[in-house]
Amino acid sequence: MTVDVGLREPPRVSGGVGEHGHLDELRVDPIGLMRRVREECGDVGQFRLAGRDVVLLTGAEANELFFRAPEEVLDQAEAYPFMTPIFGEGVVFDAPPERRREMLHNQALRDKFMRGHASTIADEVEAMVKPWSESPSQEGTIDLLDWFAELTIYTSSACLIGRKFRHELDRRFAELYHDLEQGTDAIAYVDPYAPIDSFRRRDEARLGLVELVQGIMDRRSAGPPATDEDRDLLDVLMSIRDSDGTARFSTDMVTGMFISMMFAGHHTTSGTAAWTLIELLRHPRELDAVRAELDELYAHGEEVSYQALRDMPRLESAIKEALRLHPPLILVLRVVKEELEVEGFTVAPGKLVGASPAVSNRIAEDFPDPDAFVPERYLEPRNEDRANPWTWIPFGAGRHRCVGAPFAMMQLKAIFSVLLRHWDFELAQPPDTYRNDHSKMVVQLAQPCTVRFRPRAAPAALAATPGAPGAPGTAS
Amino acid sequence: MRVVVDRDLCQGHGVCESEAGAVFAVSNKGVLVIVDESPSEELRSQVEAAVKFCPTHALRIEED
Repeated sequence: MTVDVGLREPPRVSGGVGEHGHLDELRVDPIGLMRRVREECGDVGQFRLAGRDVVLLTGAEANELFFRAPEEVLDQAEAYPFMTPIFGEGVVFDAPPERRREMLHNQALRDKFMRGHASTIADEVEAMVKPWSESPSQEGTIDLLDWFAELTIYTSSACLIGRKFRHELDRRFAELYHDLEQGTDAIAYVDPYAPIDSFRRRDEARLGLVELVQGIMDRRSAGPPATDEDRDLLDVLMSIRDSDGTARFSTDMVTGMFISMMFAGHHTTSGTAAWTLIELLRHPRELDAVRAELDELYAHGEEVSYQALRDMPRLESAIKEALRLHPPLILVLRVVKEELEVEGFTVAPGKLVGASPAVSNRIAEDFPDPDAFVPERYLEPRNEDRANPWTWIPFGAGRHRCVGAPFAMMQLKAIFSVLLRHWDFELAQPPDTYRNDHSKMVVQLAQPCTVRFRPRAAPAALAATPGAPGAPGTAS
Repeated sequence: MRVVVDRDLCQGHGVCESEAGAVFAVSNKGVLVIVDESPSEELRSQVEAAVKFCPTHALRIEED
């Protein structure tokens, strides 16, 4: 190892004098803390998290280094101690890009499966709005967190595990899953098994999920064998046996695999759906533009198809802008394995290094009027996402970019294709009262977060399309 | 025209294969293979769609 006398320790941000450094601040106002790091220290600055230094990188140059670094230098697997009790021991959190590519290829996320997923998702949204259509007034109020969290449990289980498994689930699965997501307090950096209420509920929820999956497996074992048409991932996992005939995967392991497969796409998609709707309702002209695009695209009552979903610039821009302003992951972390040099500073092995979508997505030099909801910034000629690949980072960037991003985007477009064409929504609270709860590492909407729905005061041509409230066939 | 892929960015989603199957193929290991590096003009609209819809922006066209 060479010691370059020209390199310095990154500057430290103010505060953090308590026993666990900035942990308490991270649990209350993480975005405020990370913005202060950038204000006081610039692109490279440190805060203290329970006995470890976290070097926070922001801005294009530092982010590019972060996202291009190979696993040998910046390792992801050890950076999220709060995930181990959720997935279970032995479930891999991350894999190198080559392995990820292979996994993607063999998985439901590949492009050629997207067509089927598009109609699966549309069907799940139709099923969720069916009670609205069937209620006498066809009007009501929903809580955005609960509603989208339940919907995305069904869509992700149907697409990633199989429709058969999805139809063996009900609200209980979504509620237990929510408790898992709430069990991500940053106290895990001190002790992932600390005796706090949210960790107890997390561990009970995981046991509850194992029990639900066990019940499903028992019913399948007792019933007729799966046919080729309805065989899903659970059937496949149940059929794999060791040479002595015993099942290779325990219920605990199967549940852990399902939890981990669904985790990355659940709270993220659910939150983004909610924020897209909130921002469109706060900005009626943008909502009008999105609806005009949908009405034109579905003018002849076409079904929600992948082909139609591909090219929706107005809706896609609204979703991208919701992602920029309210990224579901506000801080992504790695552990330093080899000494790193960033913009003249040296970062020693053992430290954590972070990049912050919440901070980088709002850098004014890259995103003029950074706090405003301006979907036009993604249209020609501005293309601000493509122009800023290292600071427009709601999905990360480079080698570790979220492999589920195309699936997520397709899913969100499918959801709004159904909701916005047939229903009118209205904020049920003052517009500025919708906010995220940052007390856990998994960011979720703070409750209450309610909106009202009623059948769309629609152009006559749309009233008879499938899925429209009161349309023939929806009340069967 | 010539088709160029940035291997650091490609994740093997296979959108290009769906858009322009005569030019792109994704192997069993999930690795993109460019079957035709200099596609003929009649494939231009397909190749442009592949570039446009590539989810990781890993493709570009270089003109001869």
